[in-house]
Amino acid sequence: MSEHRPLRQESVVLSDLERRLINAYQGDIPLDPEPFMRIAENLGVTSEEVQQTLRRLLDKGVLTRFGPLYNIEKADGSFSLCALKVPEHRFDEVADQVNGYAQVAHNYQREHEWNMWFVLATEDYQELEQVFEDIKTVTGCPGLNLPKQTEFFVGLKLQA
Amino acid sequence: MLDPVLVKKVIAATQNGLPICDRPYRTIAEEVGVDESELLVTMGKMLDQGLIRRIGLVPNHYALGYRYNLMTVWDVEDEHILQLGQHVGDLDFVSHCYQRPRQEPDWNYNLFAMVHGRTEPEVEQQVQIIRELLGSSCLAMTQLNSLKILKKTGLRIR
Repeated sequence: MSEHRPLRQESVVLSDLERRLINAYQGDIPLDPEPFMRIAENLGVTSEEVQQTLRRLLDKGVLTRFGPLYNIEKADGSFSLCALKVPEHRFDEVADQVNGYAQVAHNYQREHEWNMWFVLATEDYQELEQVFEDIKTVTGCPGLNLPKQTEFFVGLKLQA
Repeated sequence: MLDPVLVKKVIAATQNGLPICDRPYRTIAEEVGVDESELLVTMGKMLDQGLIRRIGLVPNHYALGYRYNLMTVWDVEDEHILQLGQHVGDLDFVSHCYQRPRQEPDWNYNLFAMVHGRTEPEVEQQVQIIRELLGSSCLAMTQLNSLKILKKTGLRIR
């Protein structure tokens, strides 16, 4: 569902309920048969209002998703952060080539000589190395493959 | 013990998000072929084991005005990386913090910390706090501002 939504890159003005919902529920939605009822009780509104607000925030691209957030590496597969050094005049073409791989999960343009940074997600490390080598060959760009060695922290709550 | 087949089904059914309805877990339970209470018990165990980090909503940084999303990278002396990396990860403005391998001579940075702010001075101050924390154990650093999201599908199992 979320992947077909446009990626909003401008800031938005939020209603009071939208702001309270975002500030309170980035990580603590109760594992309860009626989670929206529990949220509604806490915020002093109806379950229907909570549900409508969530749908609206997702549709507007203010939220990218809502639900369980997985530490997917504990389940399955192999992951790495990779980078390419792409000549500016070929950037859009290379972005299309890289994004065309199903194994590319995120891809960001960054302000640096290593200007394209993406996460590869594959079944195993052998596939990961193959895809990485393939991307370097197809694009003709130098690459970095930087699988994590230690995770110190993943999280953060943003203030709406 | 968790049933790995059920776990995989639950991940597949929820990794794009929960349905927004009165009983979202009942909808998911029907999809994966268990009853609602068994699904809730299973997901509770997945939370306990850290397979589910949390259940919540994920804001788009940009929509909330966080325009400065910097990947800061640091060349930290290997003998101090584990201790110092943890201290950087504990800072409240750092969202992701990892040790990654150097790729000399192209890439000498081994500590990655993502920081987020609404203004340039705000992120500059964050960078300065990390710089002071690492002190003389840090040999070099650079920062890579994100200019554009080119693709974002999230990590998913297939």
